[in-house]
Amino acid sequence: MPSRRRWTGAVHPVGGHRRDREIFRGLGFAIALGPRSRPTGTTSSRSTSPPITRRWTCTTRCISEVPPTVDEPGAGRLLLRTHTSPVQIRVMHASEPPIRVIMPGMVYRSDAFDPSHAPAFEQIEGLAIDEGVSFVDLKATLTHFARRFFSPSTAVRFRPSFFPFTEPSAEMDVECQLCHGSGCGACKGTGWMEILGCGMVHRACSSRAASTRSATPASPSAWVPARITMLRHGVPDIRLLYEGDMRFLSQFTAARSSTGGDT
Amino acid sequence: VNVSRRWLERFLRRSLDAEDVSTRLAAQGAAVDVIEPLNAGLGDIRVALVEEVRQHPNADRLRVCTVNDGSADRRQVVCGAPNVTAGRKYPFAPVGATVPVGKGGAPMRIEKAKLRGELSEGMLCSARELGVGVDADGLWELETDAAPGTFLLEALPLDDDRIVVDVTPNRPDLLGHKGVARELAASLGVPYRLPQLGPNALAPDVPPAQRAAGVRETVTGPLRVAIDDPEGCARFHAAVVRGVRVGPSPAWLRRPLEAVGVRSINNIVDATNYVMLELGQPMHAYDLATLKGPALVARRARAGETLVTLDGVERRLDGETTVIADAARVVGIGGIMGGHETEVRDGTTDLALEAAWFEPSRIRRARRALGLSTEASYRFERGVDRWNAAEAMRRSLEIILLTAGGTIEGSPVDLHPVVANPPRIFLRLARVKQVLGLELGLHEVERCLVAIGATVVAKPDDGRLAVDVPGWRPDLTTEIDLVEEVARMHGYDRVPTELRPFRVGTLPDAPAFAVKERIRRGLVAEGLSEVVSLPFTAADGEASVALLNPLADTGASLRRRLLPTLVRHAERNWNNHVRDVRLFEIGTVFERAEAGKRPVEQLRLGLVVTGAREPGHWASEAAPDVDAWDLKGLAEVAGALAHPGATWHVEGDHFMARVKDGRTVGWAGRLAADTPPWGGALFGVEIDVTDGARGPVRVEPLPTTPAAERDLSLVLPDGVASTAVIQVIRQAAGDLLEAVHVTAEFRGSAVGEGRRSVTFRLTFRAPDRTLRDADVDASETRVLSALERELGLSRRGA
Repeated sequence: MPSRRRWTGAVHPVGGHRRDREIFRGLGFAIALGPRSRPTGTTSSRSTSPPITRRWTCTTRCISEVPPTVDEPGAGRLLLRTHTSPVQIRVMHASEPPIRVIMPGMVYRSDAFDPSHAPAFEQIEGLAIDEGVSFVDLKATLTHFARRFFSPSTAVRFRPSFFPFTEPSAEMDVECQLCHGSGCGACKGTGWMEILGCGMVHRACSSRAASTRSATPASPSAWVPARITMLRHGVPDIRLLYEGDMRFLSQFTAARSSTGGDT
Repeated sequence: VNVSRRWLERFLRRSLDAEDVSTRLAAQGAAVDVIEPLNAGLGDIRVALVEEVRQHPNADRLRVCTVNDGSADRRQVVCGAPNVTAGRKYPFAPVGATVPVGKGGAPMRIEKAKLRGELSEGMLCSARELGVGVDADGLWELETDAAPGTFLLEALPLDDDRIVVDVTPNRPDLLGHKGVARELAASLGVPYRLPQLGPNALAPDVPPAQRAAGVRETVTGPLRVAIDDPEGCARFHAAVVRGVRVGPSPAWLRRPLEAVGVRSINNIVDATNYVMLELGQPMHAYDLATLKGPALVARRARAGETLVTLDGVERRLDGETTVIADAARVVGIGGIMGGHETEVRDGTTDLALEAAWFEPSRIRRARRALGLSTEASYRFERGVDRWNAAEAMRRSLEIILLTAGGTIEGSPVDLHPVVANPPRIFLRLARVKQVLGLELGLHEVERCLVAIGATVVAKPDDGRLAVDVPGWRPDLTTEIDLVEEVARMHGYDRVPTELRPFRVGTLPDAPAFAVKERIRRGLVAEGLSEVVSLPFTAADGEASVALLNPLADTGASLRRRLLPTLVRHAERNWNNHVRDVRLFEIGTVFERAEAGKRPVEQLRLGLVVTGAREPGHWASEAAPDVDAWDLKGLAEVAGALAHPGATWHVEGDHFMARVKDGRTVGWAGRLAADTPPWGGALFGVEIDVTDGARGPVRVEPLPTTPAAERDLSLVLPDGVASTAVIQVIRQAAGDLLEAVHVTAEFRGSAVGEGRRSVTFRLTFRAPDRTLRDADVDASETRVLSALERELGLSRRGA
């Protein structure tokens, strides 16, 4: 006969970024969040807790797809940011190396809410700044991350790419988690899925920020936890992550014996 | 950008596999979105020789043909095309084959049939029916030496793949086949060169361009060419061709265009498009007869000038836009689109050709101002090779002479008022090592640079290389750009993946993150599941931050509170026939600030519960639904986790959490919702989250002496809260009192209207001895007298 149980709760599969954090903690990274109410550009940003995120950017620059925008009387038109990167790099240069942090932050897009797009989601930035940090360290660190996140045998590849603030820039692909490389609809037949962008910070970015440390190499990277979580758990529709469906969320309870999967 | 596999093959002089091309390009930074096989449906079609044609006995417009399709027997085919001729070869679809474009446009399977009494075993095809052309008025006459029976795809260069390359904005050189071929050649380690034009081995003779450097004006034949806006247009190649015959393009010119999805228009326009797609240099052809002067002048537009562009739209121009004008008026928007009046038409006989270089930022600006994006503007705003328009001009002239005839009048000119050279960059090997972490020898670095078309002009002893970058790479301006090129050409794949020793970061975890984790752990232990919601809701009062461009379905404002969205989640679960909902969310809410300030953000904790207090079990009666006491408990847990120091107070039908200075920081109560008849009451809590640091739990010593308990049943008039009673008990009882609990509440006629009996259990303990009755009695007496004095309470029944 069935046993007697109590209600068991579950941490959201993307909430807290438990897995990302554990893997990066093992590599000497801490997790950093921006104090939200602190005005940007103040001297307090040089303290040990790194203020990171500026949620708003002004609409002076053209962005091909305009993200959600608000119009505050007096404050002008404000865009909700589409990426967290450039500001973070600048600010992180205010702290002393060695810096190894991962930084989650919400980003906003003008995408419709459909099975593969959400208009708001968290992005995680990884950042390592220290003498001697090189492209080799970047690739090794992120390959380690991908193999720990998915499985030790996961194939990983780096492709040259272009981001305005890093050089060399790369995109990291992992083998398609559905077909494992043979090619399917989900990976458009390529056998690969793009999960992360990264590079070495361009000096033009760093020198504008903190002149004294401009020579310190920095390697940032950015990924979307929802995306890799969906791949890992086979979540077919991103909306499941945002709709509070108990039938979905309760599958992530730690003590779920029927499937025994790792959350 | 669309790339034709066959076009690349002609550059590299070898056959390529589209998948392999895709892999190689991706490895070098040009990801391929998709590969579309072209003409793949022609696999069944063969070359056939029509040996005999006779009139159909029963139909004037049909012919009966004897067809040699390579097999031993001859086929009889009934054909309606007027141009079928004995002794000619045509594409043939045998019985069982599928023709790509049948009647009505759908693929059609060929069956053995009788047409007006005559047997027909197959079909002779037009180009349109095979989806490779438009000349539908007759059969496609094949000019091929292939024997009857040869597959059409083997006989003619028809099979192709359209490779859609995702070109990053820094790589304008990949917007032409030559640039893609260059990357592939580097990857394959083979040379590449411009393909031969058409079937003729000999290209027509084109005189070299006359350089007109350092001046603003020159002539070619009868045409005056001038640059009055050298900031917007730095270089202008022009040529004049007389006596051309405008007409349809031959297949060798048309087919490559169609392979990348560009419609064939006529031989002149196709020539300029071909050159753009091959070399990345946009060009324009004018009808010389329509040019006043005749002249072509690159200048800024004047106030109020307008132009009807090729697409028939009248465009108003501003002074930041570079235009091409003749002696009287504007005839084209430089680098974006030509004018309608001066375009090449069927009757055009004389041409003026333009291959110019426009400043990318000016093109970007003009393109936005005009709302007009074209293949040309796309390339110019990313940066066209400023030093290679001569090649484009020569190539377009060759194509025009081959396909439209005519003669070049005068010599083509290359007008560039300010002479500039591609930059020279110094690359330190030490910098390569520092950034990449790789020991690359001089030889390998040089190999990588040569592969991208750069020239290593000097290797001084100080470990620096002087590198001249090619004109087609305007993105290469500094040393780090070359470091990236070295990495790219060396191959990202060859960068090792073993972790090297590192220094652990010195920054601690952010305190706010620790708070979130504490809340998560605490509420999951209460049996609640975490939810993440989109931060958009419907407008929620005046202080809502409204979006200017809300998305459909997701709400027009940034959320001010978490609970409304959590209520929606509960309702969605009810819709799914889930009755027990226990959710929490940690998220940011937004509120309008005072004028001139950015919106205020606050981290909040919200939770909702409804349904049974415990899961059902066969051995027990169904557990009751959660009620206000469950809510109060969850509110206290939430407060302890999110906002230490906040206390909950009853206020009407809900609770409010307050901090010492009286500020309200939280709300807990029953929520209005669209509850189905079978649903339970919905309760919710929302509270601000503070990230004050907390020290570790300090453990209290465990007791070594027994406790003594006393129950006090008191009659409380309504309006006296149990918390007030407990407070008095604590003050009066003295040090021996360890804890006070409420163990029962009773109402009824025995107690009286407007009153209730509440039993308090007092636990006493002395840390160093076993208590005697007298100790407890004394304390109890003090408590009773204090309750009598301060609250007017007495023991029940006393």
